[in-house]
Amino acid sequence: MSTSTLKSEQARFTDQDRELILATQEGLPLVSDPWGELGRQLGMPADEVLSRFQHMQETGVIRRVAAVPDHYKLGYRYNGMTVWDVSDDAISTMGQQVGDLPFVSHCYRRPRHLPYWSFNLFAMVHGTSREEVEHKAAQIRELLGDTCSGHTILYSSAILKKTGLRLRKQADKP
Amino acid sequence: MRLDTVDQQLINHYQRNLPVCERPYREMADTLGISEDEVISRLAVLQQQQVLSRVGPVFEHSQAGASLLAAVAAPVEQIDLVAARINSAPGVNHNYAREHLYNLWFVMTAPDEDTLDERLDELEHQLKLPILRLPMVEGYHIDLGFDIDWDALP
Repeated sequence: MSTSTLKSEQARFTDQDRELILATQEGLPLVSDPWGELGRQLGMPADEVLSRFQHMQETGVIRRVAAVPDHYKLGYRYNGMTVWDVSDDAISTMGQQVGDLPFVSHCYRRPRHLPYWSFNLFAMVHGTSREEVEHKAAQIRELLGDTCSGHTILYSSAILKKTGLRLRKQADKP
Repeated sequence: MRLDTVDQQLINHYQRNLPVCERPYREMADTLGISEDEVISRLAVLQQQQVLSRVGPVFEHSQAGASLLAAVAAPVEQIDLVAARINSAPGVNHNYAREHLYNLWFVMTAPDEDTLDERLDELEHQLKLPILRLPMVEGYHIDLGFDIDWDALP
């Protein structure tokens, strides 16, 4: 999967979809018939729940459905945000290649803000030690070659807040 | 955290996508060669232990509104205060301290772009610190997990 924002009206969801998002944003019911269970909660037939869910996947409202691990809990205690100053003409190609590395969990292009911030490529790397993060960053450095004129690694020292995207019933509605 | 081979396989196979079909856990069970009940109970335990942060949908942020990554360079002696102010601002859903001049990194969200700008302007005014605004320009690999090297884990 390559890019980015499918920002469009067509992908906006209906009120029923919204109900379904509210009912599943903490997770799917862990029962043999999760759609039937959701259907009972929402007053909707099970097959409608499933087809709405599949439709939201197709339109990109749902990015994926997965068993999402907490990497920190698994033992990846070092989370390095590696940031790179990559030449503008190379960034799309190189960004894709860096994003394809098996150990990179997120990879984005973001704007520079000169003179304060010169890094335009962000790649998130996780490790059980700093050495592991540095070893992985060295592989990215090698891949970028001449297209890169500087980089640094920002290690996280504390998670001060972490909540996924949450819809709220009223408050956040425009 | 030490996990047995079946738990490792569950995560390896399904951390990116799980089947969205009539009986998802039964299909997973067939793939792994265990019973549906075992899939369900293992997922429940892993979720309870917070090894899995969730079993379910990951929503596309851009479709629920606007968001961006932001950073501030907080004076070290004020970092707790600045972090608390950021955390209580509307729309902030992640905030990490990082070892850098820009030492607080957070994600600000809003129903639309205009509200996002207003929220950032308001927070900037409150903090009396410039906010570095780093929206995504292009995504090359968006939160799809990565291959876990189980042997390397403590």
